[in-house]
Amino acid sequence: MDKYLKLPLTSEDIASLHAGDSVYLTGVIYTARDAAHKRMSEALSRGEALPMDIKGAAIYYMGPSPARPGRVIGSAGPTTASRMDKYAPALLDLGLQCMIGKGKRSDEVREAIVRNGAVYFAAIGGAGALLSKAIDASEVIAYDDLGTEAIRKLTVKDFPAIVVIDSTGRDLYKESLKEYCVE
Amino acid sequence: MRELDVVEITKAVKEMCIEANHFLSPDMKTALNKAEEREESPVGRKVLSQLKENLRIAEEEMIPICQDTGMAVVFLSVGQEVHLVGGNLTEAVNEGVRLGYTEGYLRKSVVRDPLIRENTGDNTPAVVHTEIVPGDRVDITLAPKGFGSENMSRVFMLKPAEGIEGVKAAVLTAVKDAGPNACPPMVVGVGIGGTFEKCAILAKKALTRPAGEHSDIPYVKELEEELLERINKTGIGPGGLGGRVTAMAVNILTFPTHIAGLPVAVNICCHVNRHVTRTL
Ligand code: SF4
Repeated sequence: MDKYLKLPLTSEDIASLHAGDSVYLTGVIYTARDAAHKRMSEALSRGEALPMDIKGAAIYYMGPSPARPGRVIGSAGPTTASRMDKYAPALLDLGLQCMIGKGKRSDEVREAIVRNGAVYFAAIGGAGALLSKAIDASEVIAYDDLGTEAIRKLTVKDFPAIVVIDSTGRDLYKESLKEYCVE
Repeated sequence: MRELDVVEITKAVKEMCIEANHFLSPDMKTALNKAEEREESPVGRKVLSQLKENLRIAEEEMIPICQDTGMAVVFLSVGQEVHLVGGNLTEAVNEGVRLGYTEGYLRKSVVRDPLIRENTGDNTPAVVHTEIVPGDRVDITLAPKGFGSENMSRVFMLKPAEGIEGVKAAVLTAVKDAGPNACPPMVVGVGIGGTFEKCAILAKKALTRPAGEHSDIPYVKELEEELLERINKTGIGPGGLGGRVTAMAVNILTFPTHIAGLPVAVNICCHVNRHVTRTL
């Protein structure tokens, strides 16, 4: 089922999302990958504020290629989410609402999703040119020195994604594997 | 003896970096088309059609196919009758990578030290494999490698008694563990034999063989076909969202090995299996 949603999601939106739903997201998302997560986690352990308001935020695990002159961004597809598993539960407990990436998550992340009423979306891995078309604005807001790994505030319009882990803890990867496995 | 200025190598590598990251090779496009015809899952078909659309946008608008424009892997076959002049060969390759990634708006994804992790800022150095061969030509194959799939690659040091069944099990284990992380539908490069490092290089090289072409060794060709069929029964599917097409090709290279060993390397590649070859 296709759903067009505005970010931040309401708790009704989250409750209505089920593993396997196709969504088109409009609003603000923040990029962060390995190095930015490490810095955010260090900031938290020093008692400092995060570069964005994490409550209700959406984080996209993505490091773009450089924008050509006159363009908003370069290629902009998801990176493997499991590398952020170590950091995600703490951010979810602080109110992080949506994660967008690709690939499997740990049980700890799945439990934190359920505990906090959050959601994990997958964007299509390796479709960075296509996905860049849904990004209308991009601005580095922190850790500029990290280059592609800096935190960017993106404004997206109808950004296509699929619900992989919903707020009840259902996992699309596991369910679809069962459906199509013929071994 | 033929003289070749390494500036020519720099120029070729630069152009190849830009080409590989924007234009997928024809064999891979054919493989994607075939995948779309074969796929039964509706979501799988949708993913495949989006991947084709992605390739179209990449070419027309010069946006890299994937934001992970890879670490540059370069296979050089240098004819022993070529005299390289004008500088250092490795430096010439790295200069090509530097220029290609900077002027081509490609992502710089290389860190200078694996633990200190400071970005080199120009995607150098490349991983260069050089072989001296007969003749007076230089063949350059460039294969930028993304790490979503590289991270799911494995080396297995099997016992000779495990034989061909052991090899099949190793490949299937690597593919199943990779699942959605490796951006399926994948291309699976397998190296069998040699030593610990040799099988890994063979597996990488196998990925540069056009998808759809098979080994000339009859039993290896059969193994490629059987493994592809079995991988496509796992159900992982395009994007890992379930379906019939988990891999588009299994490419195997073999090499003599020791009486006591059976090394097997499985180099997983995503659907963005980039490889370009030029001869100078
Ligand atoms: S695995 Fe391949 S398609 Fe996926 S993000 Fe990496 S380079 Fe891109």
